[in-house]
Amino acid sequence: MYSAKLMEHFTNPRNVGEIADADGIGMEGNPTCGDAMKIFIKVENDVIRDVKFQTFGCGAAIAVSSMITEMAKGKTLEEAYAITKQDVADALDGLPPQKMHCSNLGADALRKAIEDYQSKHKQN
Amino acid sequence: MKTRYFDHVATNPLLPAALDAMMPYLKEEFGNPLSVYDLGLRAKNAIEDARDMVASLINAKSAEIIFTASGAEANNMAIKGVATAKQGEGKHIIISKVEHHSVLNTARSLEKAGFAVTYLPVDKYGFFDLDALKKSISKETILISLIHASSEIGTIEPIKEAVAIAKERNITIHTDAVASTGNIPIDVKDLGVDMLSMSAHQFYGPKGAGALYLRQGQRLVPLIYGGIQENGRRAGTENVPAIVGMGKAAEVAKAELQQRNAHTGRLRDRIINALKDVEKVHLTGHPTQRLLHHASFVVEYIEGEGMLLMLQAKGIYAASGSACTSKALKASPTLTAINVSPTMAHGSIVFSLGIDNADEDIELLLEEFPQIIKRLRDISPFRKGWGEEEGGSKHV
Repeated sequence: MYSAKLMEHFTNPRNVGEIADADGIGMEGNPTCGDAMKIFIKVENDVIRDVKFQTFGCGAAIAVSSMITEMAKGKTLEEAYAITKQDVADALDGLPPQKMHCSNLGADALRKAIEDYQSKHKQN
Repeated sequence: MKTRYFDHVATNPLLPAALDAMMPYLKEEFGNPLSVYDLGLRAKNAIEDARDMVASLINAKSAEIIFTASGAEANNMAIKGVATAKQGEGKHIIISKVEHHSVLNTARSLEKAGFAVTYLPVDKYGFFDLDALKKSISKETILISLIHASSEIGTIEPIKEAVAIAKERNITIHTDAVASTGNIPIDVKDLGVDMLSMSAHQFYGPKGAGALYLRQGQRLVPLIYGGIQENGRRAGTENVPAIVGMGKAAEVAKAELQQRNAHTGRLRDRIINALKDVEKVHLTGHPTQRLLHHASFVVEYIEGEGMLLMLQAKGIYAASGSACTSKALKASPTLTAINVSPTMAHGSIVFSLGIDNADEDIELLLEEFPQIIKRLRDISPFRKGWGEEEGGSKHV
């Protein structure tokens, strides 16, 4: 059902945890639906220097979270914002069709974290 | 890697004795049981021997056993067969909210065909509300179909009490005993049901074989028309090897039931006793009035599929009623019926034991599983609690 790459990310997820002094936090999904993802970013000069995640969900949801953090790290905010759900699915060598919608929340959570950073940044 | 199989409610390995009994009928004894020459007669005799063994397992008469291709077919046959036979007397059917899909979806199909269906509520253990059963019966009620034991939460239901209520009003009563037949003692005369469904692979027989017990005198319209196989109640050339395997598995199950129950019951209690001490892990179903090979839980803050995949990485196979593990992405209706919230239902995990499990398998499970819970909780944003997202453990 899952690709080898997805299983590898599920088994050894990268960037798990919180960033205590995060510059932006994005939450997508909810536990009632079965998948909820929280992404923390640390930003310097419009570049994502550090990113971490916490995820409640199935194997796909955890692998998606791991992958999106890998993809986002080192990218400019603009580049990171442009990452799509399809990009994440492709990077994992595909997702089962029924998981594309419910578990593929990484890109949305990352965008929310970037928006959170930008809204705080403007106020300052 | 050695595998440890704790999903015996999904299916079981075939008993070697059953395979040995089947082999001749997959090879040289290929006759059609309806043929008049000796090759056919031998196949016919093999089926009738199997019928005796299956009947003996549940204390029925041989003539009361109809072989089917599955437990699901037996459930369909019972419900549609009686609904069709008795629709002139009324069009109301009662089932419970903790039925298998083969009962639930059959009842739903009858709803579309103009029948009324009552879905009986259950309490937090999954026990039927017998007062609600009494109240839901009307002059129109022709059939009650209630599960004997749940493969999801393990609870063994008060079928005898339900039968007493049904018999007072002369209503036909069927029980889906797929999860229990061959796993706990069943006596249809003692239970008093009119029909009972079972499946061979639930007691180490082959897949593709099931049976319906149909009490002598109970009317039933067939699902499948054709020849006179199964006394005209189920047409189609018999799956002779599977039926022979089912018979053998039934014979062995009857002989070994006590010993099997002592073994799986002890292993089950080891799991329940160990996991009840893990924080925010809750037993589902009744603590004692449950299948001896069944231990089921919900684990808070994490999701079932993740648990299954991590267990698999350790060679451990289990099951979950989590929505993410179902193809339809819906929470199990049984967990919903016992008032487990949709959020908590995601953390469902079921360990079902069998004769192939040993103490060392349980020891490995009890060593690995708490670590897996911790690993997944370390990833979860809810590891410190559901917060405002969910009311927490009060639901179980």
